[in-house]
Amino acid sequence: MKFAIAIFSAAHEPSSRRALLFAQAVLAGGHEIVRLFFYQEGVHIASGNIVTPQDEQDLPRQWREFVTLNQLDGVVCIAAALRRGVLNEEEAQRYQRPAANVSAPWELSGLGQLHDAVQAADRLICFGGP
Amino acid sequence: MSKSLLIISRQAPWSGPGAREALDIVLAGGAFDLPIGLLFLDDGVLQLLPEQKAAQVQQKDLTANLKALSLFGVEDIFACGDSLTERGISSVGLNVDTLQLLQTSEVPMIIDRYDQVITL
Repeated sequence: MKFAIAIFSAAHEPSSRRALLFAQAVLAGGHEIVRLFFYQEGVHIASGNIVTPQDEQDLPRQWREFVTLNQLDGVVCIAAALRRGVLNEEEAQRYQRPAANVSAPWELSGLGQLHDAVQAADRLICFGGP
Repeated sequence: MSKSLLIISRQAPWSGPGAREALDIVLAGGAFDLPIGLLFLDDGVLQLLPEQKAAQVQQKDLTANLKALSLFGVEDIFACGDSLTERGISSVGLNVDTLQLLQTSEVPMIIDRYDQVITL
């Protein structure tokens, strides 16, 4: 089965951890992830600037490694990211900001990518939100 | 055939960018001509109150985005009547003209009508 996964919560939220566990289970079960879409506070997961205390699980790093290892499409909503200071090199230059905090495997793109994933997937599974 | 998507909007308009970002998904879907529905539930119905003075809380008005729904071809717009009643809001004169009122018991039927659902 083809899954699209949307994440709306920040890295330190339990729902973001559940999302990763779910995504791992999807692949372990022989299913496909057509895209991961990070929206609202979920865009913070793509930030390379999160420092997790040593005795806690580094969820942003775990997400990054999971996406890289499995060559997944990890899309971060560009409008939600800009609003929250989550910028890649290109956007940092475009808006003349002092630093970029997003790099590969993350990609900044628009909400069309969410709709595209919804169309391509058999199931959309969302994590986080109100 | 395109898959249909229902957005359930549950956040008040001035409690952060959540309500606006839920609407953005709907408008983007409309722009791509996808079958999309919008349901205002719980505090989400507060977005429907007319004559909000957004500037007084130094915010941008959401009304224009709500008015844009019909321009983007989004016609299936629902509100939970019980959520309105709980908050003492009359269903007359709300911000969306083509609003269809539902009772809580009808919400599962609407959800069932769509292929995918996002609650924000």
